[in-house]
This record gives sequence, structure tokens and C-alpha cells, in this order.
Amino acid sequence: MTQITTLPEVEQLIAQLADQLKQYISDKQLDHIAMVGIHSGGVWIAERLHQLLQHDEALGALDISFYRDDYTRVGLNPNVKPSNLPFATEDRHIVLVDDVVMSGRTIRAAMNELFDYGRPASITLVTLLDLPGRELPIQPDLCAQTLNLAPGERIKLTGPENMALELQSSE
Amino acid sequence: MKLTICGGRLIDPAQQIDEQIDIHIADGRVLALGQAPAGFNPERTIHAEGLVVTPGFIDIGAHLREPGPSYKGNLRSETKAALAGGYTTICCRPDTSPCIDSSAVVQQIQDKVELLSQAKVMPIGALTQGLKGTHLSNMAGLQHTGCVAVSNMRQPIESSLVLRRCLEYASTFDLQVVFYPEDHWLKADGCANEGALASRLGLGGIPASAEAIGLSRVLHLIETTGVKAHFGMLSTARAVEMVSNAQKRGLPVTADVDIAHLIYTEAEIDGYNSQFYVEPPLRSATDRDALRQGVKDGVLSVISSAHLPHEEAAKMAPFAAAEPGMATLETTLSQGLVLVEEGLLTLPQLIERLTDGPAKALGLSVGGLSVGQPADLCLFDAGIEWQVTHDSLFTAGENTPLMGQSVKGQVQFAIVDGEVAFERA
Amino acid sequence: MTSTTNTGPVSDPRHVQLTEDGKLRHFLTIGGLTKEVLEEILDTADSFVNMGEQSVKKVPLLRGKTVVNLFFENSTRTRSTFELAAQRLSADVLNLDISKSATAKGETLMDTLQNLEAMGSDMFVIRHADSGAQHFIASQVAPNVAIINAGDGRHAHPTQAMLDMYTIRKHKGDFSKLKVAIVGDILHSRVARSQVQALNILGAEEVRLIGPKTLLPETLKGLGAKLYTRMEDGLKDVDVVIMLRLQKERMDGALLPSEGEFYRLYGLTTEKLNYARPDAIVMHPGPINRGVEIESAVADGPQSLILNQVSYGIAIRMAVMSMAVSGQTQQKAQLNQEQAQEPQDNQNAQTNEETSR
Repeated sequence: MTQITTLPEVEQLIAQLADQLKQYISDKQLDHIAMVGIHSGGVWIAERLHQLLQHDEALGALDISFYRDDYTRVGLNPNVKPSNLPFATEDRHIVLVDDVVMSGRTIRAAMNELFDYGRPASITLVTLLDLPGRELPIQPDLCAQTLNLAPGERIKLTGPENMALELQSSE
Repeated sequence: MKLTICGGRLIDPAQQIDEQIDIHIADGRVLALGQAPAGFNPERTIHAEGLVVTPGFIDIGAHLREPGPSYKGNLRSETKAALAGGYTTICCRPDTSPCIDSSAVVQQIQDKVELLSQAKVMPIGALTQGLKGTHLSNMAGLQHTGCVAVSNMRQPIESSLVLRRCLEYASTFDLQVVFYPEDHWLKADGCANEGALASRLGLGGIPASAEAIGLSRVLHLIETTGVKAHFGMLSTARAVEMVSNAQKRGLPVTADVDIAHLIYTEAEIDGYNSQFYVEPPLRSATDRDALRQGVKDGVLSVISSAHLPHEEAAKMAPFAAAEPGMATLETTLSQGLVLVEEGLLTLPQLIERLTDGPAKALGLSVGGLSVGQPADLCLFDAGIEWQVTHDSLFTAGENTPLMGQSVKGQVQFAIVDGEVAFERA
Repeated sequence: MTSTTNTGPVSDPRHVQLTEDGKLRHFLTIGGLTKEVLEEILDTADSFVNMGEQSVKKVPLLRGKTVVNLFFENSTRTRSTFELAAQRLSADVLNLDISKSATAKGETLMDTLQNLEAMGSDMFVIRHADSGAQHFIASQVAPNVAIINAGDGRHAHPTQAMLDMYTIRKHKGDFSKLKVAIVGDILHSRVARSQVQALNILGAEEVRLIGPKTLLPETLKGLGAKLYTRMEDGLKDVDVVIMLRLQKERMDGALLPSEGEFYRLYGLTTEKLNYARPDAIVMHPGPINRGVEIESAVADGPQSLILNQVSYGIAIRMAVMSMAVSGQTQQKAQLNQEQAQEPQDNQNAQTNEETSR
């Protein structure tokens, strides 16, 4: 089993991601982007990116609990936060932010929810980490780092103050 | 047929016999107990070692479903079930369809019963025409064609004057009246014992006072008319006390409790199990204990079956919308044996409540095995375990809460007028 | 003893509505549920109430599921809230008004159910005039159909009781410090029975029932309530006053002499409300009989939460429906797994936080 001894520094990854995103926006000539974070880690990161990019429009937040495909198996989390998109998504270039992408199911749910609000012009997926275990054909457009995990291991972002990555093992 | 039953434990409460005695039968009657008379040569000998031999049981108030809708049962199915349960005489209730309020209906029943040659049927006729509680039935005629008593079941007789006249008329012919006391208006649309449980379940309650008031009204009129009365299927402690007091005052009254009310309490209906929807409703544990004590003391000299067979669909409905009643003829003995096992009754006492008790209550010539009496007998194995299933029962009724369960005690032979009318394969 | 064991078409209601690990799979009655389950309903409803504030009012939790509203008793109001709740969960909804069609043709309850099951329904929302009808139905339907009780006879109306609990929690907070009075026709009220049970499970300090003895059965003490016949005693220092609707038919059954006398003695007027705590809230399951059980000034007054109750009703029903479908699916999955005896390879599906990022 490959042990990950040190996890990357979150602030450093965010700074890196912010640079990538700036470059990406200018390359693609995306004007007037709308940034949306996925509860809860994705929102924290989106907030930091938002600051670093000095983006002036309010940030959106999605709680995808109602859109999960596994709710009938694991039940509903009784404390779902309301999704909040303080802008019209119709014809907008959406930057969708999450802390990690693993199976891809959360992103699937988030995109479904986004489409319930309107038809965006595009969606760009930005994640801090890309982890193994993909179950759907979803890949991040931008990602600060790709990590390999042993089976049963997962990474959790703690925050929102002093964000840090934590390695968890179900073994 | 000449028949000898040897080696069994004979229990005949009427003669206070409880010992291993052989019994010899000829011409439909008991010929001798013990030694066979000189030259007696039986055509068949039943070796009854390990069996209890008793007079055939007598039931007051079973519903035999004929005339009436045949999917609920008929005389063929139910008199067979009676034999399988040890009953050789059924005093069936009059609320058939049409009801037993004319000699023609009685005759129709008796013709069929004779053809079947299974259990004997001695109908209870209707006290009022159509059980409607307004006009006297042809009681003398009913009695003449074979009714052993009359009853209005649970149908109300609103006018106390009409009720009084019914009793006066019945007493003219020394005809027994059977009452199922209940105040119709207090009962209202109730289907469960009034109390905390019914209230929580949201079921209409029938207060214990409905039985006491019905009973009290009748007791006063029995006293003034002198009619012989029997109270059926009592369900409350108060009723036992009232009957006991009336008996102490010398009133000619007897009473029974049905087997379900000796075994179960209202707790069974928690969960809306419609198999436990019966009339009168299952009551509190206090009531059940008083009924048990009443049976033990003899205030209640009869244990009745309250057999009321239904097709499966009759119970496949929400509690109050289901039809009340249990099919019990074939399990009453087993449940009675539970009372013996629990020490409430001795085996002879249980047999007395099923034979001599009902015979005396309705003044019947059966129920005992003295020499010369009709040879109606029941032979059962008190220890054998059997499974209550659709296939093991003869009744058309599917409505027993015991379905699928294992019970103890089973009838092996039933003999009616000296003939083996039932023999378990 | 062999003779007291239950075997019949209906098993114990306390177990019928829960999966083996205590999740809701039917919602038949409050009785027998734990505080945890009731709080989960309230918390889940909270999420849906918040959702009502956003522009997309629909979520796909029950997408592809068919919900049948089976109302054997007419109630446009209750049926509409269930219908809306199901639609907001993206279910397909079929409304059947059985009171008019089937039973009039002599079709039995069992016939109706078998027909509906053949249509492949996933959930029945049922109102029926017979107490225990939903228990009976739950015992008869295929194991993957969830039953939600929308009122049975005098027995239970659990979703109404839960939306009342939601209202109380939202506006009063901690149940353990609350005295609650329920006023009016307790005898015939399934709502009151469910409320008393819910309040006790949630740990209310005191539950009081107020009414004339004809409408206030002594036997309800067993559910855990104090009985009062006078408003001045019963309302003294209470934090919550719940008024019940008085059916006009009650005058016919010799239960009450007149509406006028009932209003004089038990109608909630500004004056009588003064017996309660000054910050007491007033609730009513509706529809209101103004001038029979409640004065207009109170019904429309600052302490009244009657309109809030209606809006919370949809969220509570969404919560219960989604929980029941989830419970059913889990139960089914468990059964399948037990049958197949497959090793469980699904360990990563443990909590919401950690699943499938």
C-alpha cells in the first residue's frame, strides 16, 4: 500500500488553482463568469478563488443533497442547506468549484441542479484535487493536483478557517 | 349398531364418574357401564386406551349458516366441524337468513340435518318475528317443531312492554329464553371495549355498562314473568356478579361465557387484528379474570363456542369494517384444556361446562351417559398436538386467530345415537 | 401458551412502519416512533422549508416514482398539499377519489388495492374513514409500496400532527419547557390523538385537553394528557393553544346543545386567550369555523400561526414521503442482499458527508 506521507498545503494549491483559472479564462475568452461552489468544501474554495480573482459578482452555492443518486440507499441528510444562486444562470459561463472529484457523482448531481435553474452557456469544472475512483465520465477542466490513494482511503477538506487536507482510511 | 368402548377414561359429570370404565351401547342408547351384559356381542369395539370418553359436547349459540349464504358455511360443513370438535348437539342461533322464526325454516333445517346424520341440531328460534323486536314469533309452533329455546340475539326490543309480553308468552309454554344482553343504544357504532386502548386506536367503544344495563332490564322482567332464562356470551365482571346475585335470589337463570372471552383480552386488538373482532368485544383482563372465576364457581355453568364462521374476505378489511366473530367449534376443546393446564378447572369441570352444564341450562335429554340416555359421545386425546390449518379444519370458516398455530388436544371419535358419526383418519 | 399469540392479517403497528434498523418505511401513526425519528422528520422538513425560498422549487428525489393519492374520504385541502409535496419531489401523481367511484359500485377495499398495485405504484397516500385502515392496507400491499396515512377514522393524522410540531418548534423552540393545550372535540379528533402522542414523545412539559365531557373521553388520559373542562383552568399559563374544528353534526348526536353555547364556553376569544401566557401561540388544523371555535380577531391576530401551518404542511409531507421511499428502498436492498447472501462491498456508502464525492 502506498502511504501518502505529506498532504499538500491547501493555500498553496488554491493559489496555484487561481493562476490556472485566470489563464484559462483569458485563453478561452470567457467573459462574465459566474462562480458556484458545492457545499461545503467547494464553497470554501470558491470563496478563496473569488477573493484571489477579485471577482466582483456574488458567489453561488449548491447543496446537492436533494439531487444525490444514492439518497434512497443512505437516506437524506436532514440538515440540507438551501442552494443559493444569486444570479441568473441562463447563458452564463459557470465555474463550478469543488474540493475533490472522485466518483464524479457529486458533480453529476450539481450539474443536474444547475440545469434546473436554467441553461448555462458553459460549465467549467475546477477542483483542488483529482482523486482516483471515477465512476462517471466526468473530468475536471482545472485541478491543482492529482493524488493516488490506496483503496479505502479518502481525503477530506477541513475548514473553513485554516483549511487543511486530512487523509482518512476506512480500513 | 352394538358398540363397546373399552379402556378409556370415562368422564361423565352428570353421574360424577371419572374412571376407566367400559361403555356398551345398543339401539342408540347407553346399555351398560362397566361389565357387558350377559350375551352382549358388540359389532364394533373401540379401544380407547389413552383417550378421554365423555358425553358429546353441547353448544348453545353456534351459527350453522343455514339457511343463508353458503360461502360462509352450511349445515354439512358446520355439523361436521361440530363432530370434529366433539360436539354432538348444537343449539344453533336463529339469526340465519331468513331467520328461524317459522316452523317451515325449522323443518327445513331438520330435514337436512337428518339426511346428513352428523351432529344433532336443536335450533333456538326467534323471540320476535324477523328478530325485529316488535311482534311475537309463533313460539308454540317453534317449540312444537323442535326449537329448544327462543332468543332475539343482539337485536334490540325497544319497547319494554313488548319485551315483557314476549317473556310472558314464552313462559306460557315453559319455553326457555336465551338473552345476549346489550344496550343497543350505548353500543352505538362501537366495535371494541371502551377504554384507553380503543380510544388510542380510534375505535368506537362499547362500555361494560351496555351489558349491565341490558342484563338489568331483562332480570327485572324475568322476576315479574317467571320465565326461564339463559344468558349467553357474557363479557364483563359486572354481568357475572349480577347473574350470581340473581341466582342467589332464586331466579331461574343460567349463563355462559364463550371460549374466546376466557382466553383473550382486548389487548389482542392492538394492531387492528380483525380476527379478534367479536361481539361482545374482548374486554379487560379484570373482566376475563372474573369470567374465569365465574366458570370455576359455576355461576357460568356453560362454556359456549360462539362459533361464527366467515369466509376469508369477511376479515380482510379495516377492523370496524370487518365482520365480527370467530370460527371456534374445532378449537374450543383445545383452548378449554389450556384452562385445565393452567389449573383454573379440573378436567371433569371443563367437561361439565361442555355437557351437563348446557344440557341442564336448556333442559335437554342429552349430555349424560346414564343407562338409557342417547349414546352421544366424544372421545378425545388430551395430549396430542396438532396444527390448526385450512386443511385440518372442517368448518367453512377461515376466521380463527389460531390459524397456523399448534394446539393440544384433539377429538378422535364422535358418536351420535350409538353410531360412529366421526372418526379422525 | 399457544392461544394468545397474534396471527391475523395485521401485525403490530409499532413495527409495521419501521425497517429493521428503525427507519421509516410507512408513516401510519406517531405512536411507537422514537424522538429521533420525529426529529429527523422535523429536520428534514426544515431543509424543504428553506428550499421553498429558492427559485427552483422542485427536486428530483422521487423522480420516476408514482405516488397515488387514495382518498376514501374527501379532503381537497389535505390532498392538495400531498399532491404538491409529491410534485415538488418530482414524482408522478395520480389522484383517485374513491369515495365517489369504487365503493359506490360495491368494489371492496382489497379489489381497489389490487388494481392499483397492478399499475406499479410506489406510494399510497391514504385517507380512510375507518380507524386502522392504513395498517390493514400496509399489511396487504406488496413490500415495496410505502403507505402514508393522511388520516384514518378517529385514530391518527400523523402528518398534520408533525406539521403542528414543526410550527411549535419553529416558533417556541425547546419542547421540554412548553405547556400545550388542545381544545374542542377531542373525542372525534384523529389530529388530537396524534398531537398528544407527538408532544409526549418530543418531551413537552405538559399536554392538556380541554372540552366538555361529551367530547373529552376520560380514556385519553392513557395517552399522556391532563383533562380540563374549563378554559380558565386549562389555558392557564400555556405556551401553545391548539383549537380543533367542530363538526356541525355534533349537535345531532346529543353531544352538544348548540354552537352558541359551545362558543361561549370553549370558543377561543381574545378574553379567554388572556389566560394563556402573553406570548402564547394559537394554532388550528383548519378549516376554521369562525365564531364557533375561534373568534376572528384571534384567528387573524398576532398570536395566530394558522397560515404558517399551511405552508409548513408541504415541507413535512415532502420530508415524510422522501424518508419513506428511502426506507423502503433500503429495506428492499437488505432483503435482496440477505437473499443473495452476497458479501457487503458497499462500505463507502456510510454517511452523507463521505459518500461519492
